[in-house]
Amino acid sequence: MTETQPGGTRHADGPFLMDVTALSQLLGALEAAGYQVIGPTVSDDAIILSELGSAAQLPFGWGVELAPGGYRIRQRSDTAAFGHSAGPQSWKQYLHPPREKMWSVDRSGGEFDVVPADEPAPRRAFVGVRPCDLSAIGIQDQVLGRGEHAGSRYAARRAGVFIVAVNCTEPGATCFCTSMGTGPEAGPGYDLALTELVSDTDHKFLVDIGSPAGADMLAQVPVTPAGDGTTGLARSAVAQAADQMGRSMPADALHGLMAGSYDAARWDDVAQRCLTCGNCTMACPTCFCTTVEDVSDLSGEHAERWQLWDSCFSLSFSYLPGGSIRSSDHSRYRQWLTHKLGTWHDQFGSSGCVGCGRCIVWCPVGIDLTEEVAALQAEARQAEAQQAEAQQAEAQQAEAQQAGSRTPGARAGGEQQ
Amino acid sequence: MTSGYAVPAGYAVPAGYAVPAGYAVPAGYAVPAGYVVESSRAETRDTVTLVLRPGRQPIAAHRPGQFTMLYAFGIGEVPISISGIAAGPELVQTIRAVGAVTRALCAAEPGQHVGVRGPFGTDWGVGVTAGSAGVEPPGTALSDPAGKDLLIVAGGIGLAPLRPALLTALAARERYGRITVLVGSRSPAEIAFTAELDSWREAGADVRVTVDRAEAGWRGNVGVVTQLIGKVDIDPAATVAFICGPEVMMRLTARALSALGIAETDIRVSLERNMRCGIAECGHCQLGTVLLCRDGPVLDYARARPLLAIREL
Repeated sequence: MTETQPGGTRHADGPFLMDVTALSQLLGALEAAGYQVIGPTVSDDAIILSELGSAAQLPFGWGVELAPGGYRIRQRSDTAAFGHSAGPQSWKQYLHPPREKMWSVDRSGGEFDVVPADEPAPRRAFVGVRPCDLSAIGIQDQVLGRGEHAGSRYAARRAGVFIVAVNCTEPGATCFCTSMGTGPEAGPGYDLALTELVSDTDHKFLVDIGSPAGADMLAQVPVTPAGDGTTGLARSAVAQAADQMGRSMPADALHGLMAGSYDAARWDDVAQRCLTCGNCTMACPTCFCTTVEDVSDLSGEHAERWQLWDSCFSLSFSYLPGGSIRSSDHSRYRQWLTHKLGTWHDQFGSSGCVGCGRCIVWCPVGIDLTEEVAALQAEARQAEAQQAEAQQAEAQQAEAQQAGSRTPGARAGGEQQ
Repeated sequence: MTSGYAVPAGYAVPAGYAVPAGYAVPAGYAVPAGYVVESSRAETRDTVTLVLRPGRQPIAAHRPGQFTMLYAFGIGEVPISISGIAAGPELVQTIRAVGAVTRALCAAEPGQHVGVRGPFGTDWGVGVTAGSAGVEPPGTALSDPAGKDLLIVAGGIGLAPLRPALLTALAARERYGRITVLVGSRSPAEIAFTAELDSWREAGADVRVTVDRAEAGWRGNVGVVTQLIGKVDIDPAATVAFICGPEVMMRLTARALSALGIAETDIRVSLERNMRCGIAECGHCQLGTVLLCRDGPVLDYARARPLLAIREL
C-alpha cells in the first residue's frame, strides 16, 4: 500500500483509508481551496454547526443522548469525531438562511430601481453531513433550487457546496432514517463519504469518492487503498446500524395514510399537547416556508424586502381578510404532518421527512411524530375494520331478508334487528 | 429581455404548469418590475381599478384568470387579479382595500410607482388556442371551451378575475355558444363594473344581477347568486362554468350546477389562499395537495371539491 501523490488522480475507485491526521489535512486542503469549512463542534452543551478553524474543533469523544423533548451531550468512551446524531441545527441555515435580504428598491430619482440582493455566495464545505441530512439537502434542492428556481439565491449558494458526508454507525434514540430510505448509508450527492472506524488502538476513516471534485480533493491528502477486511468491517457497521434505529415509520404507506386521515380523532388528541410553537419546523431540515418583511428608511426613498423562515404553526400563516384558514391547533398540526409525510409527494415528488428525529427531540412537550403516525394508522385500521363489519352485517341482513321473503318467520326476526 | 433565470431542459414541470424547455423567466419574476399608475377608477366604496404602465420593462404577457403580486413601496406585496385586457403592455388590476397594502394601492395616484411580479398561476382557459400552447406565459392545463355555452358566475369582487375571460370571449363572440353572466353582490352599491354591464349585454351576453340587500330604487333581483341559476336556460351538456367569489358562494354554486348535470370537470373555480411569493417557494398557499400559486388559482371542480370539503385545510 502506497501513499498517493499530491495532485494525483488515482482516486477513481476507492474506497480508501485515512487517519485523523489526514482528516485534518483534508480540512486544511478544503480551506486552501477557498472553502469556508463548516462542521460539528461542541458549544453551549450541544453539538452545533459552525465554521471550523481546524479539525481539532470537531467533537472528538462526544456523543448525544436523545429523547422526545430531550437532548444532552455525553462523553463517549472512545474518541469518535462523528459519534453523535443530528443536532439542533441543520445545513438549511446555510443554504436557506433564517433571514436574508431579497432585494432593495430606490425611488429617489423618480425611477423605480429594484436591485436584487446578490451577495456573493461563499463556497462552503460541509463536513460531517449525515445521510438523513444529505437527503434533506436534496429535498430542499427540489423545492428551492430547481426548475424556475434554478437562478435563485438558494441555487447560487448550493452550487458552491462541497459535501463530506459521514455514514451512520450509531443511530440515536429518535432516529428512523432506515424507515424513510435515507440512511444509514449516504445516498448520492456527496463529494466524499466517510465511515468512522474507531477502537482503543486505531482511529481511521474509510473514504468513498462521490464526485470528481471529491477525487481531486482527496488526491491532496495521504490515504491508502482500503483492504477488503477493513472495507467489510466498515460496511457491516453501517449495515448493522440500519437495525438499530430508535424509532420506525411505515414509510411506504404514509402518503395514503395521510390522505385518508383528515378526519381522524387523533388530531384533537395531539392538539391537546401541541403548543403550536413551531420549533419542529425550525429544527426540521426540509421545512422551507418563509414569509417576507418590508422595511423602508426614514427618507422614504429606499425600501428593502427580507425573507424570514415562517412556520405553518403560526396563525398568520394562513391569514386571509376575514380570518385565518387554520385557526385551530388541530388543523395546524395536521397541516404540518400531512404535508411533511403526505402532500409533499403530490407537490414535490418525494416525502418531506428524512427520519432525522429533530422534531421529536426539539419539541418542548416531546410530541413524537412516529407515535402520532402509529396512532393514526391504528385509527385508520379500526375504521376499516368497522366498515368491513358494517358491510358484512349489511350483507347478512340482505341475505336474511332474501331468505325472509321465503320464510315469513325469519323475515319477522330480521325486522326486529 | 430576461433577468437570467432559465429553466433547464429536462426539468420535471408540475402538472398544470407547462414551462417549455428553455423558457427564460422574464422580468418581474423574483424581483418586481417597476410600473407607473396611469389611471385609477373607483369601482365601489372600497374597490379601485388601476391601469399600470410598464416602466423600463414589462412583465410577460398574461392570460385571463392569472394574477400578479403588486408591491406598494415599503409597505408590502399582495396577490391581485388581473381584471382586464389592455391593447398594449398595460396591466388592468382591480383591488379591494382590506389591509395596509391594498389600502395603499387603492390610494395610488396617477404617476405613482408600484412594483409588479407575475403573471402567475393557471388561467381560465378562455382564448387559449392550440397555437398558443407553449408560448409565454406558462398557462393552464384547462382547455378553451370553444363551441360551448359559457356560464360566468361572480360573487362580489370575484367578478374582477372573470372579467378578462368574459371580454376575451366577447371579442371572439362567434367562437362560443350562449354567454351568461350572473353577478351577486351584497348591495347595489357594491356591484363592480356597473358601467359596463350594458356594454356586455350589447356584445351578446345575458347579464343578470342580484343583491343580498336591496336599497331604495333597486328594482332588480334580491337574493343569493345561486337563485339566478334557476332563472336562466342552461344546457348542462353544452355548458362550461366559471365561478369566482367567496368560497362558500363557489361551493354552493358549483354544487347547484353539478346538480343540474354539468360535469365537475366543466366547472372552473378560482380559489384564494394567503400568498407571499407567487412562485411556489414560500409554502403559504398550500391547499392540501395543491400549491395554489402554481397549480391554481383556477382549478376544475373535480380537483377543487375534495380540497374544499375539508375544514381548515
